Amino acid sequence: MPSRLDLRRRIRSVKATEQITKAMKMVAAARLRRWQARILEARPYAEELALVLRRVAAKVPERRHPLLQVRPEERVALVVVTGDKGLCGAFNANVLREVSTILEQRRFPEVELTLVGRKGLEYFRHKGIPLASQHLELMGRLTPEGAYALSRELRETFESGRVDAVYVVYTHFKSLLQQRVQVEKLLPIEREQLGGENGEASVLFEPTPQAILHALLPRHVDFQVWRILLDSVTAEHAARMVAMDAASKNASEMIDRLTLTYNRVRQATITKELIEIVSGAAALGGR
Amino acid sequence: MAEKLRLKVVTPTRVVVDALVDEVQLPGMLGVLGILPGHAPLVASLSIGELMYRHGLRESYLAIQWGFAEVGPDAVTVLAEVAERPEEIDVQAAQEARRRAEEALRLASGEEFAHHKTVLEAAVTRLKVAARR
Repeated sequence: MPSRLDLRRRIRSVKATEQITKAMKMVAAARLRRWQARILEARPYAEELALVLRRVAAKVPERRHPLLQVRPEERVALVVVTGDKGLCGAFNANVLREVSTILEQRRFPEVELTLVGRKGLEYFRHKGIPLASQHLELMGRLTPEGAYALSRELRETFESGRVDAVYVVYTHFKSLLQQRVQVEKLLPIEREQLGGENGEASVLFEPTPQAILHALLPRHVDFQVWRILLDSVTAEHAARMVAMDAASKNASEMIDRLTLTYNRVRQATITKELIEIVSGAAALGGR
Repeated sequence: MAEKLRLKVVTPTRVVVDALVDEVQLPGMLGVLGILPGHAPLVASLSIGELMYRHGLRESYLAIQWGFAEVGPDAVTVLAEVAERPEEIDVQAAQEARRRAEEALRLASGEEFAHHKTVLEAAVTRLKVAARR
């Protein structure tokens, strides 16, 4: 049986851990709320952008913009979006597992990786897969500018012909309890997003439909990257909050169990001492 | 015919303006576009510049950097990269940016020149709008 001193020490240490996990849960909850608000704030822009894009695309019959060019997928860029930190349950592991599956199944003849988040780098550093670039500071303080810089880099890689497609593996925030890993094609831009070709004929364009479409397409990609990163950050905080909540519960259960054992040990000691006193007295009295 | 325009200015991070107005002036790629209620449907590319909207006699201004505008008979929707109200503009930062861009322009050429010129335009626009406070 463990000694009382040992038990007291363990209880103290678990209590300290519980305090930390509780604090982390609160921090994650606060951040989650903030990022969720940003997702909502981005929504009007997303809707308008999609609308304008479809309206303009409908007026431009020939679609020869470089970002629309479909090529056989010989070499693709895979963007892996993870977090910088752990302690968020299976959040990072799920993304990395999905990427590993894609690589193992050899869905693409050649793959180069673009890693967003430290966890992805830690995992893929020594796997011998070509790393195109890494963005470690991006997720910690995510801004639209940071997302656009990444987007510009991906667009350039695609336009130069070094890769034939760009896919992103990230975690979609559906709700607090549901986050799903998604594989999304970023480039070339899929035609469905441009809609059909029967636009209202009477709309005026300035300067020209082509010029506007060509300005819109890169913006569309930039915004998608921002949306994806925003989604992933929010999912990360949600995952961390859930994980820390579970950890706090486990800690509090463990404290209960340890306290029970501690009291039992204490009780046993007292009982033993009493027995010793009583039997000592009985031994004396019997003489 | 519509009496008023519903002006919406949205950026990737927020809705800057959502109001009923009488007139809007947009910084178009080819020059200023004046929009009154009942305008024909139009989609325009915007450059760096000043967006003015008038409600009655009150004129309000925004500093806009790149974007698109969609105009209907009773609505104007502006998708802007950046849109700032006069009171939100950091004048000191804008002055600093202008000074640095002017300096860089003297030495730069080609692509770099274009970049610095854009930065300069943005700074000048922000200062102009800030002065409208």
